[in-house]
Amino acid sequence: MAISTAASDKAAGNNVFATAIREGLYAGLIAFGLFVLLIGLKTDQNIRNELVIVQRWGLLAIMVVIAAVGRFAYIAYAVPAIERRRAAKAAAPAATSVEESFLKRNLNTIGLAFLFLFPAIVVTFSGLQGSLKWIDNFGIQILIYVMLAWGLNIVVGLAGLLDLGYVAFYAVGAYCYALLGTEFGWSFWILLPAAGAMAAMWGIILGFPVLRLRGDYLAIVTLAFGEIIRLVLINWREVTNGVAGISGIPKVTFFGLMSFNISDENYFGKVLGLAPSGVYYKIFLYYLILLLCLLTAFVTIRLRRMPVGRAWEALREDEIACRSLGINTTNTKLTAFAIGAMFGGFAGSFFAARQGFVSPESFIFLESAVILAIVVLGGMGSLTGIAIAAVVMIGGTEILREMQFLKMVFGPSFTPELYRMLLFGLAMVVVMVWKPRGFVGSREPTAFLYKRKAVSSAFTKEGHG
Amino acid sequence: MAAKALLQVEGVETYYGNIRALSGVTVAVNEGEIVALIGANGAGKSTLMMTIFGSPRARTGKITFAGTDITEMPTHEIARMRIAQSPEGRRIFPRMTVKENLQMGASLDNLQHFDEDVEKMFTLFPRLKERIAQRGGTLSGGEQQMLSIARALMARPKLLLLDEPSLGLAPLIVKQIFDAIRELNRTQGLTVFLVEQNAFGALKLANRGYVMVNGKVTMSGTGKELLADPEVRAAYLEGGRH
Repeated sequence: MAISTAASDKAAGNNVFATAIREGLYAGLIAFGLFVLLIGLKTDQNIRNELVIVQRWGLLAIMVVIAAVGRFAYIAYAVPAIERRRAAKAAAPAATSVEESFLKRNLNTIGLAFLFLFPAIVVTFSGLQGSLKWIDNFGIQILIYVMLAWGLNIVVGLAGLLDLGYVAFYAVGAYCYALLGTEFGWSFWILLPAAGAMAAMWGIILGFPVLRLRGDYLAIVTLAFGEIIRLVLINWREVTNGVAGISGIPKVTFFGLMSFNISDENYFGKVLGLAPSGVYYKIFLYYLILLLCLLTAFVTIRLRRMPVGRAWEALREDEIACRSLGINTTNTKLTAFAIGAMFGGFAGSFFAARQGFVSPESFIFLESAVILAIVVLGGMGSLTGIAIAAVVMIGGTEILREMQFLKMVFGPSFTPELYRMLLFGLAMVVVMVWKPRGFVGSREPTAFLYKRKAVSSAFTKEGHG
Repeated sequence: MAAKALLQVEGVETYYGNIRALSGVTVAVNEGEIVALIGANGAGKSTLMMTIFGSPRARTGKITFAGTDITEMPTHEIARMRIAQSPEGRRIFPRMTVKENLQMGASLDNLQHFDEDVEKMFTLFPRLKERIAQRGGTLSGGEQQMLSIARALMARPKLLLLDEPSLGLAPLIVKQIFDAIRELNRTQGLTVFLVEQNAFGALKLANRGYVMVNGKVTMSGTGKELLADPEVRAAYLEGGRH
């Protein structure tokens, strides 16, 4: 009996391999047919400006082999593995879900601890100068997007108002600091709240005309609003200096006590007796944006437990029911727009201070789309999910920049960072196939009876509108 | 009689675009009464409910509540007059828990009486107590209806508007819900204005009733009178008691 099962297993195994080889060959053939003209041949200009055809058979061969081997591996190894896991799961139902792993339970604490220690870890491993890239390009860059996405989450995730022009508030905050900081030399610490207030005001200004709109109509109007702000920034040259942008934006000071300009008397390094380096400023900025992020998270969590936060969520679910319960939907929507915009404004003024330069180029529609993509991928309403999505999307983009070895394969003119949209597309497809409600799709209730209990969102009906 | 009425709807006409949905509807609900409005599909029953709440707005006519003209008031202000509604299709918040749904109902008073009132809801609808931590969308139809009514009651209303509470529910559940309404009326003197297709159950429950046909009120009387009326019997009751 045992021998016969083993034999049949073996036969099945051979069978799988035969199928996989066949499938792999087919995939290779199809890839060859698709790519022979798309990749194998390329039109190019030579020195005399003539159009010539460049042949890239090597690259074509690599692509075909990737397709064939990928298909083979998928059929031969991935599919049986998935089947086995499914069978194992069916055999032992719910046994694994009783005790969540230590990592899963303390995800937020561990994540926070890591974030606070991040600069120290990086400096230890790659030295003071080597850490610059990691703190600036990865740490600060990702945290800016985390903050933006958490701000947008209030509007989109909680209140359910689809906003495609969120970058407008980011721009308002950035230009608020850039203009007032360069013109009047006001400190960042005064202009940060000012930028937030300014952006909140614009949030309300945008909010008023679109109060009656929902869903796709709202999306189009907010999209237009984002573009209007950008076009104003480009064309109002007397104030904004047009496409050239504003440079020489003052650095943030250490709460007015120390400066990060090397030439200043009270330079951070001089005061503390450290060797001059640009890293101090970056580390300071890192902690600044981290605190701004935590402020956003704290406010979001608090608001969700307050009447206005509950009203936002109810509004997302059913506007008519909200009104018949005595909720003033006008005010509720406007507060969502204003508070969401305010955090965009904070992030914008930080962005201006970090770059030292702003131009309309930084506030294109693509930015809005990226921020929205992070919110959607992370799972609307979930702070943890959104943070993870931001790390994957923005960190992924930065890692692409690091992949210079790909030039060996694709030739010296290949710039991997241009393929970040591919990464976005891939992440979108993967998340939407396996987790259609985002990375963390379940909504955490704000009111508990005995203990927290998260019901998978798969069991609940989607709200309308 | 008209002066004492808690809710007075006088000659109201409501339009959807150019289509007239209500033509000259006059209805009165007195304090402490259960009044039923019965009629066929599309007669305009739900439109009247929504018109009382100001969306859609009445083009002509006047609606007064406790002596105040509410015809032109915004919907949320009308709700703040302590008129509560369990709307057609229940309209609970599906991704929010039962408790959060009830909190939304009590948001007029900023949850001041929440704990006290929630206990009352639990005695009225014990099922909700079992389901308190569950999401609204995971409840059964009957439980959702109970939640919808409980949510409306959390606002401590003077007048409760119920739009088709029996829609799509099993007879046993319908009986439970009607019993609860009767109980509320008897013990707390709650005034209820009820729209129903289930004419038999509604008229048995109600003190008075109105019959609506094509946007007009064609008949009115006490529940018993309407139940006995041959026309009503022929149109709404014969061919099966729901």
